[in-house]
Amino acid sequence: MPIKVISAGVLTTIQDLGRPGYYHLGIPMGGAMDRYALRCANLLVGNDEGAGCLEATFMGPELEFTEDATVAVCGAELPPKVNGEEQPTWTAFDVKSGDRLGFDYLRSGARAVIAISGGIDTPAALGSRSTYAIGALGGIEGRPVQDGDTLPLGKNKAPGRTGKSVAEKLRRGPGTGDVTLRMMPGLYWHRITSESQKSFLADTWKVAMEADRMGYRFQGGKPLEFVERKQPFGAGSDPSNITDACYPYGSIQVPGGTEPIILHRDAVSGGGYFMVGTIISADMDLIGQLQPATPVRFAEVDMDTALKARHDRQQSLEEVRKLIN
Amino acid sequence: MKCRYTFGGDEHLFVEVDEAMSLEAFFVSLAVTNAVRDAKIKGVTEICPANASFQIKFNPDLVTPDNLLGMVKEMEKDAEKAESKLDTRIIEIPVWYQDPYTHETLMRFRERHQDPNSTDIEYAASINGYKDVPSFIEAHSSAPWFVSMVGFVSGLPFLYQMVDRPRQIEVPKYLRPRTDTPKLTVGYGGCFSCIYSVRGAGGYQMFGITPMPIYDPEQKVRYLRDFMVLFKPGDIVKWKPVDETEYKAIVEAVDKDDFEPRIRPVTFDLEAYNSDIDGTNTKLMEALNAD
Repeated sequence: MPIKVISAGVLTTIQDLGRPGYYHLGIPMGGAMDRYALRCANLLVGNDEGAGCLEATFMGPELEFTEDATVAVCGAELPPKVNGEEQPTWTAFDVKSGDRLGFDYLRSGARAVIAISGGIDTPAALGSRSTYAIGALGGIEGRPVQDGDTLPLGKNKAPGRTGKSVAEKLRRGPGTGDVTLRMMPGLYWHRITSESQKSFLADTWKVAMEADRMGYRFQGGKPLEFVERKQPFGAGSDPSNITDACYPYGSIQVPGGTEPIILHRDAVSGGGYFMVGTIISADMDLIGQLQPATPVRFAEVDMDTALKARHDRQQSLEEVRKLIN
Repeated sequence: MKCRYTFGGDEHLFVEVDEAMSLEAFFVSLAVTNAVRDAKIKGVTEICPANASFQIKFNPDLVTPDNLLGMVKEMEKDAEKAESKLDTRIIEIPVWYQDPYTHETLMRFRERHQDPNSTDIEYAASINGYKDVPSFIEAHSSAPWFVSMVGFVSGLPFLYQMVDRPRQIEVPKYLRPRTDTPKLTVGYGGCFSCIYSVRGAGGYQMFGITPMPIYDPEQKVRYLRDFMVLFKPGDIVKWKPVDETEYKAIVEAVDKDDFEPRIRPVTFDLEAYNSDIDGTNTKLMEALNAD
């Protein structure tokens, strides 16, 4: 029995862990911006970790249930309410047939993942239910959730984990104050002067309004100066241009040397702008929780530190698995 | 050609074959990425060839960055010895140059353009030394083009003009990217032509539009039923200028699923091409129009 969408919110999309394997054709991996939150939410309701969920941006949807279910909301602090009664985040709670699930206003973070027992069971495209709106793939007929949609649920429900919760120390959000994003300089880092390399890492940048599933733009740091060169054939005339190349997920391009853009889950797969480096995999989820105007610093790390951070994230998830199962 | 290796965070190995675009660089990129694919390295999740570079996405829990780097460097050595020969196909793409759809869009974004008082194609013709737009269209559509990369979004091909370098068209991208581009716009930036597979943002100059879908997520178009993306690196394209009547006839045929693009198998040999570009192109055109 489906869920009725009374109101979709600002931008609510169906997401899972994405569709790797098609990036060479310009079709990005997609999937939840905050993959850790998606895994935690699914674990709490007894789903496979990669089951289809709703990703609500800034504001929650309003949903009407036509069957009993277990629900969990992880990621952003967007308090859920069942028939008006507030429920904890990062915690499994019950919803009965006929109940309405709504949300209070956003307290922190940017994207809440809503998992429902059984998982959202829309048809997969290229192996994933994730919504890639630009390419009209996944989701509901290739688009985000709209008012009046019905969301089918999977039949395979595991026993409820009602009341189970992800411990505070295992939750991750942007917190308060400056956010540090760890990056590995590389790619075309040599294209800017050593002064600009220093200022890029020293300056405080702010998340711009253009911050979406494709990429996060930042403003407020000093413009970057380029090492002089004759532009190579095919690159284009601007010093920030390169011969169109692949873009890593998390890569930081700086068109014109002014406003850095970090490519995220729905990244464009390539293009003609130079990149100064790449955000480490352990910090990608965190970007998905940044609101516009959040102050950010970039911290230089090496491969060993990146791999250690990645391992730490995996350990946190392992602890969540042990606590819940 | 000496490849430059750099890691894109802890999940990507990025390799620049050459700073400048050339078919030689493309063929190294293709040979190494093919070797990586054939090697079936555990932990490699995406293999992306590009114009003069390539990228490999990997899971560092399954293959260490240093091990992967070592393996790919070995493959680069073998790739240098590989023949630059390709069994591929030539595809005819109808283009309505100076169509009203891209014209309406380019007029909306005039303040983001280098020359607000001319259209994109007038500007491109002028800075490339053509006396008028018809002679520029002749230059853009007479020789074939080589698909040297697929990407940006959903199956968009980057196309490299198959003429000697002095004759290659070069244009800058818009000063600031547009927020809109009609679906199937034929665009141009740097030395590359492209076809925008979907509607959306873009920075390339807009010359015209094709009625022929190149991406169909629903896989309803007959020639996209096997896979939703038409192009792959190594494909060769020939633009065919069409007028409004022909454009609309093809749109109608596509709607009725009655349109079959002209696609013929060909072999491309880089050495033969370099020794006689125009002769190679003549043979490609004969293959395209043989029946």
